[in-house]
Amino acid sequence: MDKQALLQTEIAGIKMNTPIFTASGTFGFGEEFADFLDLSQIGGVVVKGTTLQPRRGNDGVRMTETPSGMLNCIGLENPGVEVFLKEILPRISKYNMNVIVNISGSTAEEYGVLAGMLDVPGVAGIELNVSCPNVKEGGIVFGTDPKAAAAVVREAKKNTKKPVILKLSPNVTDVVTMAKAVEDAGADVISLINTLMGMAIDIRTQRPVLGNITGGLSGPCVKPVALRMVWQVAQAVSVPIIGMGGIMTAEDAIEFFLAGADAVSIGTANFVDPRTPALIADGIAGYLEANGLNNIKDLVGKLKV
Amino acid sequence: MNLPKIVEDAVVLSNKALTADVYELQVKAPESAKLAAPGMFCQLGLSRGQGVLLRRPISIADAADNTLTFIYRLVGKGTVEMSRLKPGEEISCLGPLGHGFTLEAKKPLLVGGGMGAAPLLFLAKAYKGKAELLVGGRNRQELFWTEIYKDIVSKIHITTDDGSLGKKGFTVDLLPELLQNNDYDTIIVCGPEIMMRGIYKVAKEFGVKCQVSLEKRMACGLGACLSCSVDTINGRKKVCKDGPVFWAEEVL
Repeated sequence: MDKQALLQTEIAGIKMNTPIFTASGTFGFGEEFADFLDLSQIGGVVVKGTTLQPRRGNDGVRMTETPSGMLNCIGLENPGVEVFLKEILPRISKYNMNVIVNISGSTAEEYGVLAGMLDVPGVAGIELNVSCPNVKEGGIVFGTDPKAAAAVVREAKKNTKKPVILKLSPNVTDVVTMAKAVEDAGADVISLINTLMGMAIDIRTQRPVLGNITGGLSGPCVKPVALRMVWQVAQAVSVPIIGMGGIMTAEDAIEFFLAGADAVSIGTANFVDPRTPALIADGIAGYLEANGLNNIKDLVGKLKV
Repeated sequence: MNLPKIVEDAVVLSNKALTADVYELQVKAPESAKLAAPGMFCQLGLSRGQGVLLRRPISIADAADNTLTFIYRLVGKGTVEMSRLKPGEEISCLGPLGHGFTLEAKKPLLVGGGMGAAPLLFLAKAYKGKAELLVGGRNRQELFWTEIYKDIVSKIHITTDDGSLGKKGFTVDLLPELLQNNDYDTIIVCGPEIMMRGIYKVAKEFGVKCQVSLEKRMACGLGACLSCSVDTINGRKKVCKDGPVFWAEEVL
């Protein structure tokens, strides 16, 4: 069967050639990977977290490998929304990819301002980052308080006609409470999970490995946690879900679709092999065909329990 | 200029210990070898079965006839696993990455500290005997480099911290004397940051251009993860993509 027909899908009006996103912070602005794959075949490229003002990010060591994963504490380094709109967006338009802009603010109003500024042609959607563990102000506060997260969603929705994706943090007591709150506030899509907060210590120097002391854990080690959370949230909400967390292979991705994800996002695996999103798309198509399914939508939520 | 980047399964030709903790790996990687220039690096990826997730950035010590050479020190799990690779096995090679050293110098002095001498080896070969080398290490054992470089550069100047070979002290201690007695037009240095700062300071005093190669932890090697950001006079830059080679005044 035609690979295109098997994999084409739509989420909140975003038409995608494959049900695969690339996760914010792991794929730059897409252009860095143009030597390795056809960017238009990626369902959506979620570009690096963008803020109102440029940010230089954190000092010191920003990344370290841990068993079956990695910790990072980049701290939202980015050139700011104005540079994104003026220089980067025009530059990457030639790739014909769905560009989703991940945004972070220090107040709910700031999310609204950013969403408004990005309500322009060439942007397919907005992802609200309420769960960055690596910045002092804002960030995770909005990701752990259902009322604050809902306020962020409302501000964004008020200022843009683009689909609004809310990215949930796993660093909460009950992810389902958060999911329901942001769905009620009008989020069009829920993506999860952001990184798990972690740390590593160098016993030789008896100091933290990371400059920021703590960082966000990602990679294969978080996959079981991510999968469990996607499954729980899928039972509780009716908006589409983008599942992510440690997906390295097509088999990993298929688990997320079975658990109820409408699409998946690839993060850390992009560092391991820049061709990963394309390889996973091929693997999913093969699985659908082997199982007599006509389209990826026929797999979503089909977990047998 | 941005060269295309390639992922290829490189076949290990040899992987031998030069000292107790320094290895030389040679792989067949025709595509990357064709494009490689001195100062560039590759991201080497072990297979998942070896318990190492991310690629490791290793500088290219030589590239010729479809073959890439890497000289690396065992510093952690990744490099220890790498040292166990046997001829015929494969390693994933992503490269060549970054921008290389200047090839415009008329009389270059290459300054290497520790493993910083590895990328300079490829550069020394490109200068076809025109370059001189100043190399420093803690002791005689660390200066296995002199043997490797002896037919590639016109002259080798040596310092050791303990005085067991060459002049006792650091490379920066010998540099003023070398600059007084020679007409180098460019100094190209790779080593610990503190050493590169010292070399640059002396170079500046003598009005000699200075290029440095920076080392930072990195995940992607492609400019996407921002693990390797550094401050420059032109704002934030990425060691993997904008470097690893910079003019010293940009970054130090």
